[in-house]
Amino acid sequence: MDNLSTYLIISAILFSLGIYGVMTRRNAVAILMGIELILNSANLNFVAFNRFSGMEKLEGQVFSIFVIVLAAAEAAIALAIIINLYKNLNTVDVDEADSLKG
Amino acid sequence: MPISIFTLFLILPLASFIFQLSIGKRIGRNSHWVSLSFIFVTLCIALGNLFSEISHHSDEHASNLVFNWIDLGTFKIEHGFQLDSLSAIMLVVVSLVSFLVHLYSTEYMKGDPRYTRYFGFLGLFTFSMNGIVLADNLIMMYVFWELVGLSSYLLIGFWFEKDSAANASKKAFLTNRVGDIGMFLGIMTIYFFTASLGSATLSFDGITALFQSSFSSFTPADITIVTIAGVLIFCGAIGKSAQFPLNIWLPDAMEGPTPVSALIHAATMVAAGVYMTVRIFPFLTPQALEVVAVVGAVTAFGAAIIAITQKDIKKVLAYSTVSQLGYMVMALGVGAYQAGFFHLTTHAMFKACLFLCSGSVIHAMHHALHHLNDHKTDPQDMSNMGGMRNKMPITYASMLIATLAIAGVPLFSGFLSKDMILAGTLAYYHAHHGWTIILPIAGFGAAVITAFYMFRLIYLTFHGEPARKDVYDQIHESPLPMAFPLMLLAGLSLAFSFTFNLNPMDSHGWFTHLISEGINVVGLNMSQVIDGIHHAHHDAMIISLTVAGIGIGLAAIFYLYKLVNVEKLAGVLNFFGLYNLSYNKFYIDEIYDAILYRPFMWFCNLFSWIDWDLYDQKFIDFWGWFTLKISDGAGYSDYNWLDQKLVDGFGKITNKFGQGLKVTQSGIIQNYLLGGVIGFVTIFIIFKAF
Amino acid sequence: MNESILTLLIFIPVIGALAMLVFAQFGGKENPDGFKWIAVIATGIQLLLGIWLYLNYNPTDTVLTSAFTVQKEWIPQFNIQYYIGVDGLSMPMVLLTAFLSFICVISSWKITKSPFGFFALFLLLDAGMMGVFVSLDFFLFYVFWEVMLLPMYFLIGIWGGPQRQYAAIKFFLYTLFGSVFMLLAMLTLYFYSDPHTFNLIALIDTAKTIDATLWGFQIKYLIWLCLFIGFAIKVPVFPFHTWLPLAHVEAPTAISVILAGVLLKMGTYGLLRISYPLLPGEVYHFATILAVLGVINIIWGAANAIAQIDLKKMVAYSSVSHMGYVILGMAAVVSNSKAGAEAGMNGAAMQMFNHGTITAMLFLLVGVIYDKAHHRYIFFPKDYKDKALAGKQGFGGLGAQMPIYSALMAMAFFAGLGLPAMSGFISEALCFIGGFSVDTTFAGESSIIRILTIIGTLGILLNAIYFLRAFQHVFFGKLNEKYKELTDISLRELVCVVPIALIILILGIYPAPLIEMIAPTFSNLIDLIQSTPIMGI
Repeated sequence: MDNLSTYLIISAILFSLGIYGVMTRRNAVAILMGIELILNSANLNFVAFNRFSGMEKLEGQVFSIFVIVLAAAEAAIALAIIINLYKNLNTVDVDEADSLKG
Repeated sequence: MPISIFTLFLILPLASFIFQLSIGKRIGRNSHWVSLSFIFVTLCIALGNLFSEISHHSDEHASNLVFNWIDLGTFKIEHGFQLDSLSAIMLVVVSLVSFLVHLYSTEYMKGDPRYTRYFGFLGLFTFSMNGIVLADNLIMMYVFWELVGLSSYLLIGFWFEKDSAANASKKAFLTNRVGDIGMFLGIMTIYFFTASLGSATLSFDGITALFQSSFSSFTPADITIVTIAGVLIFCGAIGKSAQFPLNIWLPDAMEGPTPVSALIHAATMVAAGVYMTVRIFPFLTPQALEVVAVVGAVTAFGAAIIAITQKDIKKVLAYSTVSQLGYMVMALGVGAYQAGFFHLTTHAMFKACLFLCSGSVIHAMHHALHHLNDHKTDPQDMSNMGGMRNKMPITYASMLIATLAIAGVPLFSGFLSKDMILAGTLAYYHAHHGWTIILPIAGFGAAVITAFYMFRLIYLTFHGEPARKDVYDQIHESPLPMAFPLMLLAGLSLAFSFTFNLNPMDSHGWFTHLISEGINVVGLNMSQVIDGIHHAHHDAMIISLTVAGIGIGLAAIFYLYKLVNVEKLAGVLNFFGLYNLSYNKFYIDEIYDAILYRPFMWFCNLFSWIDWDLYDQKFIDFWGWFTLKISDGAGYSDYNWLDQKLVDGFGKITNKFGQGLKVTQSGIIQNYLLGGVIGFVTIFIIFKAF
Repeated sequence: MNESILTLLIFIPVIGALAMLVFAQFGGKENPDGFKWIAVIATGIQLLLGIWLYLNYNPTDTVLTSAFTVQKEWIPQFNIQYYIGVDGLSMPMVLLTAFLSFICVISSWKITKSPFGFFALFLLLDAGMMGVFVSLDFFLFYVFWEVMLLPMYFLIGIWGGPQRQYAAIKFFLYTLFGSVFMLLAMLTLYFYSDPHTFNLIALIDTAKTIDATLWGFQIKYLIWLCLFIGFAIKVPVFPFHTWLPLAHVEAPTAISVILAGVLLKMGTYGLLRISYPLLPGEVYHFATILAVLGVINIIWGAANAIAQIDLKKMVAYSSVSHMGYVILGMAAVVSNSKAGAEAGMNGAAMQMFNHGTITAMLFLLVGVIYDKAHHRYIFFPKDYKDKALAGKQGFGGLGAQMPIYSALMAMAFFAGLGLPAMSGFISEALCFIGGFSVDTTFAGESSIIRILTIIGTLGILLNAIYFLRAFQHVFFGKLNEKYKELTDISLRELVCVVPIALIILILGIYPAPLIEMIAPTFSNLIDLIQSTPIMGI
């Protein structure tokens, strides 16, 4: 069980869940959560590859920490946007925010 | 005499011209004293020069005053004075007639509004004529030749209010120009021919000397060139001396004041052509002289025939002038050099006299008609005159003497010179036979006719019953300033004046002493010619006396005693069209009008039409139109096709495309993401596949 | 002074124009006379400088030895120089330009329509003309050539007669068409010469070494052809002449004078300055064509003049005829007789000057009568707007009414028809003598130039016909009642005309001053051409 494939499969499942969440949910907060899942699947990949490809210097772990940090920042900004969106449209339903529609 | 004195011949008349035109008008009538005195001074110098020439005659020419006119390096034209017996005599003729005409005009032109200008023009004429006489080369002669043309133009057109005068002056100038083209071409031919012989020259002496030294080496082609050159230069004389076929201008030129006709169109300017032919005589080849002789003969005879039927007193004299000039030219053509120039001189005197006399008559007629307030009657028409010898004895006597001279009656100058010419034609026939018989026939024929029409003129004007009694009563003899020139010129029409010899048959005298028999350096054997003339002299004299008698007798029968009804005779002759032919001057004017003038003007108008209406407006402007149309087309295609279709087409396509793609912009983030994922997967598959 | 005189000659009018600009800002509106005075002063100074130049000019100098020559770098990257100088060819033209410009300013005194514009443009035109005549650098020459076009366009187009815009456009396009060819030739010369240069003196040596072919022709031949078209339009040589009658007729008097007096000479000047010395070998190939065109010009121009009913148009066509003499004389350079070549070339150069003066006098005098009578018809046209006058004689009998004017007109007409004692006779006679001297063969081929010259002498007669015809119908006959009140020529007009008349007379009687000025230069030019070996096309 303790091999790369397992981790990658888990990661893929996580990624797919994230994508599914992002694609299907209308609620902006839910989409944000989907994105978090995608990011975490990537983190999992980083760590898994670091471990199984025999890297000495833990680059994978470092990268995942970066990603976590970025995800935090991203969540902060995204939430700010969502709040603003709510303020303007009184909803967090992304289908309502279609002013970019061509 | 110092050379520089001769410049006075040019300076004084020119000064008179400038004076009269600039300040003459302010002085008024008295300004003619200036002109008179200036011309009188030239006359005195000319006489002094002639006497010194007579007393120290030598064949050596005096040194020339050389004025370097044009100097381009190799090409040079120098002007100088030709001072020899010819010019000495000619200067006297010009100055004398000019002075007398000036004097005469003080009365004749009295009261004319442009009185001073008239004297100015006379000065200009005298200046140019003296220039021709003094010229030592062809170009200088050509220059003054044209200037006489100018003064002739101005004087013929002096009463320019009359359309006929304006037309006549133009005609005179243009007809002369036709001849001048020939003369100019001849000058160029001579110049480059002498240049090819090694020393380019245009001076008469220079050409003569050059040809004399190189004639022996001339090829036939060279002779042809010299002949052509000679004939071409002679064309100038055809124009100026009113020879056939350019004789048409001289009769019309009678529109000018009568003293002008006497000076220019009888005594001097028209003789310039003959003078020029005399000057170029040494290098006229026998072939060229043949042309000269024929032209002279045709003119002498043809003009005489025309003169018979003219009614206008001045027209008769004009045709008589043409005829006499033909004589002179014919004389030169047959080699009778001395005779030709002699006739020029004698003719100048008696013809000037005739014209001034006719002027005197016209003047009297004019005043009489003016007095009667009759402005319809033509004062020059002989059919309105008659019997005037009682009223105008001086004029009558003078005119009679001059008429006797022109008719070739012994004791008068014309007899001597005409006799020599006729002897020349006879000798020419003896030497050449064949067709040359026409020369003596024309000569003697013209002599009969001359005697006839001149006495016709005398009888119609001075004899018989007055045609208009009322006019006749008002006729008066002209005052002294007009009468004096008549008397003087009549005196100079006597043979004695040229010979100082009382034998009327002997032409030897100061004139023949001064003027040699002439030389010819291009093939004419002068000694043979002179011998021939000498032999023919006796026959010629007898025939010419006979024909003069016949002519005068016929005139007396027709017009004095009226034994034959002239009108009837004219009617009979007219059956063959002869009378009208003569009266209408052989229709030469009409023929020129029909075959030259009208087609020419038609062509000019055609050219103008082609140039402007066709070439410019159609062809050149076609390119403008064409360019405009092209640019219209270009503009149209640029906007409608290039801009609207192609350039805007891109815009439109892009627009359509955008419209199409717009649906993908749903504004739903998930759609975008889906697209992204699909894209990613697609790329992934593609990359995987390859 | 020596160094700057030519520059001054060119730029004094420009300074004058600038002065007008300043004056227009400060009080020019109130006194329009001020512009005239500025123009008089500018052209007057120019004339004085010209006279000074003439007095100090040494005819035996070439441009290389002359003290007046200036050679400065202008655009060194392309080897373009500010290179100006005078020799016997340009000297008469410079004097003519200065003289006629001054006269024209005086004759335009009555211009009321925007004098500022008129005189400023006139001065620019003056500068352009002067520049053309002193330039020794082809580029500079071209620049001045074009500079002159623009003021001319406006001067005709604004101050001209009823058809002025049509005339101006036509003039402009025609000339520009020629300029294109000239530009082409100029650039070809530049790029084929080694080192690349526009210097006309240096090109004398390098141009003849060009040895290249294009479409089977020697490129030199094509250059000659292009230059010829460029210059021929200006002369104007038949069949490029139709801009001239229109432009002359429509232009105001002063501009007609400049057009006929100076501009036409630029064409022949260009041929003599550029085509002849640069490509002497080609002159032989073109001599016969030149003679043919020259004779056509003489005859065609005169025949057309005879048919004209407008006095000014007649004079315009007479210019075509008279410029034909120049072309014919120039063709005579190939004569195998040195004397003939000299006569032809000097005759051509003298005719350029003499025609400049004679035609100027003619146009000024026609302008005088136009100012007085407001028309200049010898005969009114058949479709004249006033039906009562159509086809009638326009004037008649003015000889008695205006004696001084008619005397001057007579003089101008007789000068025009080549009467001896007027300057035109000498130059026309020399041109004919030159043409006649070309023997039946030159360069090993039979030549028809002599025959052509003989045909051309018909011009002696034709020129007389139209002048005398016009003189008769304007001045002879009964006085036209309509013009009973006409006054004689005014003092100001006399001031314009009399100096020209004097020059015509003096040079007709004593041509030495003009001949001495030009003869050495032409002697060199003839030597240059005759020493050039003739090559095939």
